[in-house]
Amino acid sequence: MSAVPVSAHGVDNQINIAVTERGSLPSRTRSLAWMDTAFKWLTRGFAILVFSILAAILLSLVMGSTPTLEKYGLSFLWRQDWDPVREDFGALVPIYGTLMTSLIAMLIGIPVSFGIALFLTELSPGWLKRPLGTAIELLAAIPSIIYGMWGLFVLSPLVQSHLQPFLVNVFGEVPLIGKLFAGPPLGIGMMTAGLILSIMVIPFIAAVMRDVFELVPPMLKESAYGLGATTWEVVFRVVLPYTKVGVVGGIMLGLGRALGETMAVTFVIGNAHQLSASLMAPGNSIASALANEFTEAVGDVYFSALFELGLILFVITTIVLALSKLMLMRLARQEGART
Amino acid sequence: MSEISASNPVYRWRKRKNRVMLSVSAVALAFGLFWLAWILATLLYEGGTALAKASLYYQMTPPPGADGGLANAIAGSLAMVIVGTVIGAPIGVLAGIYLAEYGKSGWLASATRFLNDVLLSAPSIVIGLFVYSVYVARVKHFSGWAGSIALGLLVIPVVVRTTDDMLKLVPNSLREAAAALGCPTWRMILQVTYRAARTGIVTGILLAVARISGETAPLLFTALNNQFWSLNMNAPVSNLPVVIFQFAMSPYQDWQRLAWGGATLITLAVLLLNIVARVMFKKTL
Repeated sequence: MSAVPVSAHGVDNQINIAVTERGSLPSRTRSLAWMDTAFKWLTRGFAILVFSILAAILLSLVMGSTPTLEKYGLSFLWRQDWDPVREDFGALVPIYGTLMTSLIAMLIGIPVSFGIALFLTELSPGWLKRPLGTAIELLAAIPSIIYGMWGLFVLSPLVQSHLQPFLVNVFGEVPLIGKLFAGPPLGIGMMTAGLILSIMVIPFIAAVMRDVFELVPPMLKESAYGLGATTWEVVFRVVLPYTKVGVVGGIMLGLGRALGETMAVTFVIGNAHQLSASLMAPGNSIASALANEFTEAVGDVYFSALFELGLILFVITTIVLALSKLMLMRLARQEGART
Repeated sequence: MSEISASNPVYRWRKRKNRVMLSVSAVALAFGLFWLAWILATLLYEGGTALAKASLYYQMTPPPGADGGLANAIAGSLAMVIVGTVIGAPIGVLAGIYLAEYGKSGWLASATRFLNDVLLSAPSIVIGLFVYSVYVARVKHFSGWAGSIALGLLVIPVVVRTTDDMLKLVPNSLREAAAALGCPTWRMILQVTYRAARTGIVTGILLAVARISGETAPLLFTALNNQFWSLNMNAPVSNLPVVIFQFAMSPYQDWQRLAWGGATLITLAVLLLNIVARVMFKKTL
């Protein structure tokens, strides 16, 4: 093609159009402008849909649990009974089980995740970072039912034959702490559930910690090294204070995961509606009570009690996860302000 | 003058502490990898023989004591995962486009992004309860559709998040170039930015598929289970996770064996999807 078509003539034409049809664009462009609005509203509609899912879940759970909300009010939270025959329900046992198993998971998971993040950011040679990080992330990809099955067939016999006798030997005589490990060695119970949960939350917490550790400006670390600090001192006194908010955010994310985990816990917690001081005793968590009893529940009150358990779980996890998100956002904003 | 020398006790103590702490961190990493290796080894050991038997793939789930396979469960799982992805992925992609392309300002985008992240980690069993109350309780029977809806709801937040992130990675100069050529926004998004981010978005969808393939909790109250071959999505549909749950909790040896086979199958599929997604994503960067 020659350069002739792009002549002053063509430009003139366009100017003519602009002059003669002032204020109204050529018809082809006009139809596209209409498409623009339509596309924007189409995507916005789906954004609104996603926006409202959480509210819809909350609403449906509240509606589902109206009978028990009216019957017990707030006392549902600390009532201990769970008697489907007399239709008498309380949430204390599952709430206790959920919190206790998550606590065990956090006690083990947090230090291990911190160690992993420390290794991946400060110690690992460059070429190993990626494969090691991926391996840890794959732990998060394994479906929870696999963890549950593995816990039931592999871990719980070990807890039964080794861990509990060991803990009883070491702490059995100690007042108060000894009580935590008392009881017949069943292998299933809150301790086993907590152990499984700790393995499951490690990849989530470790990944967040690693990501926030990498946010620390190299200059800060280099100046600390330049002053003669050891690697540990740099991590503990420079990296950790700098990323405090993000680290807590990561921990909360792991906590949110642990609280809501269903299948892994259902396999190993024992599903007994009983409150016991011993961590080795079978218990129940909110999620596993739902998984076990929901399809077999009969009667409005029973159903509603289970719905209310779901509501409690949903509210707790949403608050924990929202806090986690807020903290991570605060770290990101800080970061933005500084650079 | 000998304060900073190898013999200074403070100096030595700091060095020793450093060495101890760093070794502990290496142990922590080994601890994490140890579980991964152990779980995979158990699965291969227990499930390997079950996987090698061809009957696993064409026979139905048996009553206790009889020979059988997992054919109906595998088919049911595949059907529900596909329908769930078909429901969830487009919603997620479109919502993600809004967040990344129109959501620079305004409360809707930032609020949606926030709630979506909460939804991403929300307990899946609650999603099951939700679908039960809005769908199963209305039509008064468990069904494959209900299971697919529950899985679709789990796909959405993953896809929204990755679409949003991937579109944000597209350099603004591409958008400006398109706008300078007189391209309307919708065409710019579909033909320039979406294309540039497509591999990343597909990665996100693959990760979402991996996540829902192993989900059990939301299927318990929605799809339930079915002992027979049935792809009627309007009736209870058999699916691998629930079959594994039921068989593993049973006292029967041969059921447990099948459960191990199913568990190994799911895990291998999920890990494979994850690795494929990662490789794809790495190539785009």
